[in-house]
Amino acid sequence: MKQKASFLTALAFTMTAATAGLAETELTVYTAVEAEDLARYAETFNQSHPDIKINWVRDSTGIITAKLLAERDNPQADVVWGLAATSLLLLKSEGMLEPYAPAGVEDLDPKFVDGDNPPSWVGMDAWVASVCYNTVEAEKLGLTPPASWKDLTDPQYAGHVIMPNPNSSGTGFLDVSSWLQMFGEEEGWKFMDALHENIARYTHSGSKPCKLAAAGEIPIGISFAFRGAKSKAAGAPLEIIVPSEGVGWDMEATAIVAGTANLEAAQTLVDFTVTKEANEMYNTGYAVVAFPGVAKPVEHFPEGLLDAMIDNDFEFAANNRAAILKEWQARYDGKSEAK
Amino acid sequence: MTDTTQSIMPAGPVIKGKLSRDDIIMRGSMIIIALYLVVSLVFPLYAMLSKSFSTYRVELSQYEFQVSDEAGTFDGSIMTGAELNARSGTFADAELSTGADGRLPVTGFFPDFSFRSPVMYQIRNTTGTGRFLIGSNLQTGTEWVTLDSNTFRRVQLRPVQARGLDNFVSYFSTPALFNSIKNSLWIAVLSTVVTVSLAFWFAYALNRSCMKYKGVFRLIAMAPILVPSLLPGIALVYLFGNQGMIKELLFGASIYGPIGIVIGSVFFTFPHAFIIISTALAISDARLYEAAASLRSTPWRTFWTVTVPGARYGLISAAFVVFNLVITDFGLPKVIGGQFNVLAVDIYKQVIGQQNFEMGAVVSVVLVIPAILAFAIDRMVQSKQVALLSARSVPYEPQPNKKMDRIFFAYCTLIGIFIAGLLAVCQFAALIKFWPYDLSLSLNNYQFDKMDGGGWGSYVNSIKLALMTAVAGTAVVFFGAYLVEKSKGFRTGRAIFQMFAMLPMAIPGMVLGLAYIFFFNNPANPLNAIYGTMAILVVCTVTHFYTVSHLTAVTALKQMDREFESVAASLKQPTMKLFARVTVPVCLPAVLDISIYLFVNAMTTVSAVVFLYSPKTTLASIAVLNMDDAGDIAPAAAMGMMIFYTNALARIIHLLASRGILRRTQAWRSR
Repeated sequence: MKQKASFLTALAFTMTAATAGLAETELTVYTAVEAEDLARYAETFNQSHPDIKINWVRDSTGIITAKLLAERDNPQADVVWGLAATSLLLLKSEGMLEPYAPAGVEDLDPKFVDGDNPPSWVGMDAWVASVCYNTVEAEKLGLTPPASWKDLTDPQYAGHVIMPNPNSSGTGFLDVSSWLQMFGEEEGWKFMDALHENIARYTHSGSKPCKLAAAGEIPIGISFAFRGAKSKAAGAPLEIIVPSEGVGWDMEATAIVAGTANLEAAQTLVDFTVTKEANEMYNTGYAVVAFPGVAKPVEHFPEGLLDAMIDNDFEFAANNRAAILKEWQARYDGKSEAK
Repeated sequence: MTDTTQSIMPAGPVIKGKLSRDDIIMRGSMIIIALYLVVSLVFPLYAMLSKSFSTYRVELSQYEFQVSDEAGTFDGSIMTGAELNARSGTFADAELSTGADGRLPVTGFFPDFSFRSPVMYQIRNTTGTGRFLIGSNLQTGTEWVTLDSNTFRRVQLRPVQARGLDNFVSYFSTPALFNSIKNSLWIAVLSTVVTVSLAFWFAYALNRSCMKYKGVFRLIAMAPILVPSLLPGIALVYLFGNQGMIKELLFGASIYGPIGIVIGSVFFTFPHAFIIISTALAISDARLYEAAASLRSTPWRTFWTVTVPGARYGLISAAFVVFNLVITDFGLPKVIGGQFNVLAVDIYKQVIGQQNFEMGAVVSVVLVIPAILAFAIDRMVQSKQVALLSARSVPYEPQPNKKMDRIFFAYCTLIGIFIAGLLAVCQFAALIKFWPYDLSLSLNNYQFDKMDGGGWGSYVNSIKLALMTAVAGTAVVFFGAYLVEKSKGFRTGRAIFQMFAMLPMAIPGMVLGLAYIFFFNNPANPLNAIYGTMAILVVCTVTHFYTVSHLTAVTALKQMDREFESVAASLKQPTMKLFARVTVPVCLPAVLDISIYLFVNAMTTVSAVVFLYSPKTTLASIAVLNMDDAGDIAPAAAMGMMIFYTNALARIIHLLASRGILRRTQAWRSR
C-alpha cells in the first residue's frame, strides 16, 4: 500500500518534471534543520527527482533569518526548507516570499498552512513547549511536580526554574507569546512577573534549560518536548510535563524566495515537501507533522501533547514581536543584578 | 620679521633625493600593506559607525487615510497619518523611532474605532517608499486599498530607513542595556585588581626568590593562554554549579554571575599580566638595594621604595592589558555570566538573538570607548619608560632566604593548583559519561559529530585556520614591519602606517567581527565574495592580532643596524635580496614567535569570528561555545581540551623547530 502510494507520487512528480522540461537544476536551499537530517532529506527527494540538485546552506534559526533579511535586496536562496514559521512571517512582511499553493496542500492540517490564498508558506512539523522536570533533584529538594503553568509561580519553586531568554531564543519567544495569547495581555504579564520571582536565570538557547534539568543543574527547565524526549532516552531522570492550560508551539515551514531564477524547480521541491512521503521523513525527528495521520509516536514523548497545542496566532506573534521583546526586556532583563 | 628673513635669504629650490627603484618598490609594498589594513580595519569600522546612526522611523506623513460613513460611502476627505496623530495624540514622537522590525498599529488614530462597525477604511502610501502591512502582507503601492473594520485593525505601518542619533537615545533610555556599561566596568576593574596583585607576587617569587621548580611554575602560569577564555567558565560550572564538586566553598552564593566572571577572568588573563610584570621585575639594579641596605631600610620599606617603583610601568601596563582583555571578552560571561549583562554579550544578543544590527553597532561603539582609552593610556605610560639598566648597573641576584622561599613556594603552588586544577576539571568532566548520575568513564563526549557546533570538522577547520593565519599573518606582519622600520624618508607614510598597525589592539574582537558583517556582507562590495569563506576568517584573525605581532617584529628589527641597508645599497644589492638573505634569517626567532602567537590565538579566538563563520567553516572554539549554549557542557569541555592539547603540541613543535633552525641560522651569535 505504502509502496504504491510512493510509486504514485513518484510518477506524478516525474510527470510534472517531464512537462516542465527540466534539465539538471541546482537549487540553493536555506535551512535550520539539524545537519544530521539534511543528507537524508536530500536523498529522499532525489530518489524521485534526480534532476534537481540541492545545495544546502544551514545554520541556526536566528542566523539564517538574519542572513535572509540581510540579503533582502539581493536574495541568494531559491527555497527556504525548514525554518521557523515566525521567521518566515518576518520574511513575508518584507515581501520576500513567492506565494504558491503546492500540489496536495489541501491534505495538510490547516493549522500548518499560511492563511492567505495562495499561501506564502506551508508547515512541515512542529516543536512544542514543555517542562522538563528532574525527578531525582526535585525529590531532594522536596518539590511536588507542577501540573500547569500557573503552578510554576508557586513559591516552593523559587530559584529552581530556568527558561530561555525570549530575546535570544525562539523557544523562549514562543513561550512568552503563548502565555500572552492564552492568558491575555494583562494576565500574561502578571503571570510572568510571578514566574520571574522563581526563575534562577534565563539561558540563551532553547534546548539548554532541558539539558540543565537533565544534568540536575536545575530541577525544572522550560524547554521543548522533543529535547526532553531525547534527554530522557539518554538516561536522564526526567519527566516531561505538558502544562494543563496548553502549550505554545512553532513549526518548521517551507517557502519559495521571491525573485528566484529557478521557479519551476523550486515549485517542484515545495510540492515534494508537502507529500505524505516527506512528512513520514519529518516524523523521524518530530512527533508532530503537518500531514494528518502520519505521525507515529516518538519514544518518551508526552501523551496528549497534540491536544494541548494552542491555536497559535502567528500573525499576532510576528506583528507584536518587537513590542513584546521590548516590554520583556524592560521588565526582567534590567532587574537581573538585584539577585 | 618674516619679511626681513625673506629679503636676506631668498627661498632656495627644494632639494629632494631622487627615488631609486628600490625605494619605489619599498614604498609601493608599504602602501599595499597599508591598504590591506585600511580594507580590513578602517573601512569595516567606518561601516559599523555609520550603521550605528542608521535608524528606522515610521514616517506618518507618508500615509493617507479615508473613513467612510456607516453605509460605506467615502465623502472624499483625506487625512495624512501625521494629521491624524496630531489630532488624536496616539503616539509620542519617540514611539515613532523603532528598529528594522518595528510595526505601528493604526486603529489608535480613530477613537471611535470598532472592529464590528460597518465603517470602511481606505489607506494608501503617498510615496513609493511607503510601506505598510495588512496582516503580514507587505503593501508598497500608492493605490488606495479599501478595507473593512475587521481587516483594518490588522494594518501595521512599517518604518523607513533614516539617519540620526535615535539609536543612541534609545540605548541610553533602556536600563537593561546601559546597566551593562556599569557591570562591564565593575567586572573589569575588579578582575584587574585581583589578577595584577596575584600575578605580581607570582612574578616576584619567580624573579626575586630562590625557591625551587621555577621552570615548572612558569610553564603552568602560561597554560591559560592555550585555551579559549570560556573554558574556565565550564570548569567553574563543574566545580561550583548546583551539582558542583566543591560548591559548598561558595557558601550558597551562585557561581553564575559576577563571581564566576571574575574567577574565570583571573584565570585567562593571568599569563598576560605575569609576562609583563615578570619582564619588569627581571631586571633591576643591585646597587639600589645595596644603598637601601646601607641606609638601614627595612625590607618592607625597600620593597615600597625600590622594588615597586622599579616595576611601576610593568604594573600599569599589565593593569591596562588585563582591563582591556576582560572588558572585551565575550566567551566567559556568556558561559558563566547568568543574568549579569555585560557589553560584549549584549552585542551578541542584539545581533544573533534579535537581528537588531543597528543596536549591535551602538553597543559596539560604546564598548570601543573604554577599550581605546585603556589602550591609549597604556601606550602613553610605556613611552615614558626610561632605561632602568645603565652600563654601570649591577644585576640583582636574589639571595636564598629559607623562610621567604618556603612562603613563596607555597603561594606559587596554590596558584599552580588553581590553574592546573581548572584544566584538570575540564578534562575529567570530558571523560565522565553523564555527570552527576553516571560517573563511569567513557569517550562519548568526544563524538562531536552528534552535537551542535559542526563536529570534528570544526576541529580540522580550526587547525587549517590557525596554520593559514600563522603563515599568511607572519608574512604580512613581518614584511610590513620591515618596510616601516627600514625604508628611508617617507615620514608621514610611515607614521600613518604605524598608527594603523597599533589600532587593532584597541578594537575588541566582537566589534571587529560585527564591522566585518557590515562591510563585507554588502552585495555592492566587490570583496563580498570572501564573506562566508575561510579567507575572511584568516583576514579577520590576522587583523585582530596584528598589533602584538607587529611590535614583536619591530623590536627584533630595531636590534638590526640600519647600516645593513646602506651596505647593501653601496654593493648595489636590491633591498628585497637583503631582506630575504640577511634580515629574515637574523630575525628568525622573532618570526617564529610571531607565527606561534598567531597560531595559538587563531585556535582560541571566539569573539572576532563568532559572527563570521559559515556552516562550512565552523571552528573548534565556536563549537565549544555552541555546544555549551545547547547544554552539551561535557562535550564543550572535551573540545576545549582538544584545543589545549593542540596548542601545547604546537608550542612543543615550535620549541623543537626553533632550536633546530636557530642552531643553524643563529650560530653567528655565539662565536
